[in-house]
Amino acid sequence: MKQPAQNSQKQTLGGTDDNAVTIRGMHKWYGQFHALKDINMSVARGEKIVVCGPSGSGKSTMIRCINRLEEHQQGDIIVDGTELTNDLKNIEAVRREVGMVFQHFNLFPHLTILENCTLAPIWVRKTPKREAEELAMQYLERVQIPDQARKYPGQLSGGQQQRVAIARCLCMKPRIMLFDEPTSALDPEMIKEVLDVMIELASEGITMVCVTHEMGFAKTVADRVIFMDGGEIIEENQPNEFFDNPQHERTKLFLSQILDH
Amino acid sequence: MTEQAYKRGEHPDLPPPSNTIGAMAWVRGNLLSSPANIIMTILSLWFLYKILPPALDWMFFDAAFTGEDRNACRAKADGACWAFIGERLRLFTYGFYPAESRWRVNLSFVMLILALVPILWDKAPFRKFGIYFTCMFPFIAGWLLLGGFFGLESVGTDEFGGFMLTLVIGVTGIAFSLPIGILLALGRQSQLPIVSICAVGFIEFIRGVPLIALLFVASTMLNYFLPKGTEFDLLLRVLIMVTLFASAYMAEVIRGGLQAISKGQTEAADAMGLKYWSAMRLVVLPQALKISIPGIVNTFIGLYKDTTLVIIIGLYDPLGIGRASLADTKWTGLSNEVYLFVAIFFFVSCFFMARYSLYLEGKLETGHKR
Repeated sequence: MKQPAQNSQKQTLGGTDDNAVTIRGMHKWYGQFHALKDINMSVARGEKIVVCGPSGSGKSTMIRCINRLEEHQQGDIIVDGTELTNDLKNIEAVRREVGMVFQHFNLFPHLTILENCTLAPIWVRKTPKREAEELAMQYLERVQIPDQARKYPGQLSGGQQQRVAIARCLCMKPRIMLFDEPTSALDPEMIKEVLDVMIELASEGITMVCVTHEMGFAKTVADRVIFMDGGEIIEENQPNEFFDNPQHERTKLFLSQILDH
Repeated sequence: MTEQAYKRGEHPDLPPPSNTIGAMAWVRGNLLSSPANIIMTILSLWFLYKILPPALDWMFFDAAFTGEDRNACRAKADGACWAFIGERLRLFTYGFYPAESRWRVNLSFVMLILALVPILWDKAPFRKFGIYFTCMFPFIAGWLLLGGFFGLESVGTDEFGGFMLTLVIGVTGIAFSLPIGILLALGRQSQLPIVSICAVGFIEFIRGVPLIALLFVASTMLNYFLPKGTEFDLLLRVLIMVTLFASAYMAEVIRGGLQAISKGQTEAADAMGLKYWSAMRLVVLPQALKISIPGIVNTFIGLYKDTTLVIIIGLYDPLGIGRASLADTKWTGLSNEVYLFVAIFFFVSCFFMARYSLYLEGKLETGHKR
């Protein structure tokens, strides 16, 4: 785990153009409210980033800017070599390569599990239906729910639904995966089954940006942890350093609150 | 203590108590459950006893089904004089459509039923082919009814009337108001100000004006607006007005459905890279329309019954034919029969639509309401 971490650190410091995601001087406002302030960060290919922070700190908003579910007003965001502007073509190109897993799963309730997984490959990638179905079954097996393929999302438990949501993303063979608090809406015993899938995914070298409060997951998987508060990146470090030796008072307070139980 | 401890499997499933199942339990639970309920039940039975026998007598047992005129009917029986309806049945069905061409109406009607099969029944054989036929149907039916080319004699729309006219207006209105309504609803929610202002303006204008006023505009005022010399068929104008009127209501019904879909659904679709129209067609609309089914069918039924309003601009729908028939001195005073007959026709059509909507709701239920 440590080897790739150091590797990627070098790349980020170097600021090569080969980054998966580069964000420079990015600001976002909701009306008068300044939600994100001067965000600078980069994610190297294959790097796993965990973003944490108190609620309202802007962490979800930030990763939603990466696939333009939220629009930024200032600064640059370059994803996989494509700059995000108002150009719909660019936005669609980025979204094809970036998968997102949501807090509330957002599966399509009127489609079966299999149809959920094949929708985007068929309509966005123009994959033939049979091929898309084979691919979907392959990924459903990887998240260990192939036997639910013909059911509807409403018939599955929360943990199963979130695993389907992950499989649905993987069917697009994304280069980057964004996770927006993927376990926050789950019962405690279901959190583990989802985290297990995510850890397995991380070991396969996909780029991940993950907003989560699961500090155990951050310690196991992350190459870097980013701490945000009040719309700003307060601290950014490798997990060991971040948890054992936090630099900022705000970080210390946050960590003491979520770790001391 | 250990002997009394609960062991799994000690309690087999028992049948429910006998007083909670069966017909007697149903009667007790639904008809006699409380003093107020008992009184309601008795009152209802008494009411049925008072109303039903005389009504049945009038409609069937004391009714005359044949006869030359009203007096012949009265001589035979005290009840309804259905002979009148029998004599006028063709007029009620075809209006003034030329007798030798009525087969074209019949054929259109048979084709209408065939065209409905693939829409209403998703396991119909050759459904894909059927859908093509359904899409072609309006044009085929238009050609059959109007004629004018390919060897069919032309029939003017002023000769349309009766149930056939109701079906022409109703089916056209239903078929076009749904897609137009969907576009208006999406337009109203559009991010583009011009699109949304146009949609809102159209919807609010049409909803704010009575259908009768629109029909008057269609029948008289449109001639002033259009350049001189353009002849615009009256029925066509009515069809356009009825469709626009229904689509404004439809748009609001569908907007209600669209608002019930969580934002997460569009976000998930966007995040996958689906384009706007694909996301709408594949993700949002199937769910929104499903929720809107009761409202949509409500609008359909309203539109269908509103077709009777064309009577005031001189078109003869069944109600108009009925009123005209009542003026015949041979058959005076038979308005009960006429209006009951027309009412039954409308009730049967509307009841069918209502039941189908219930069936559709059940079929589209995918268990996410748990």
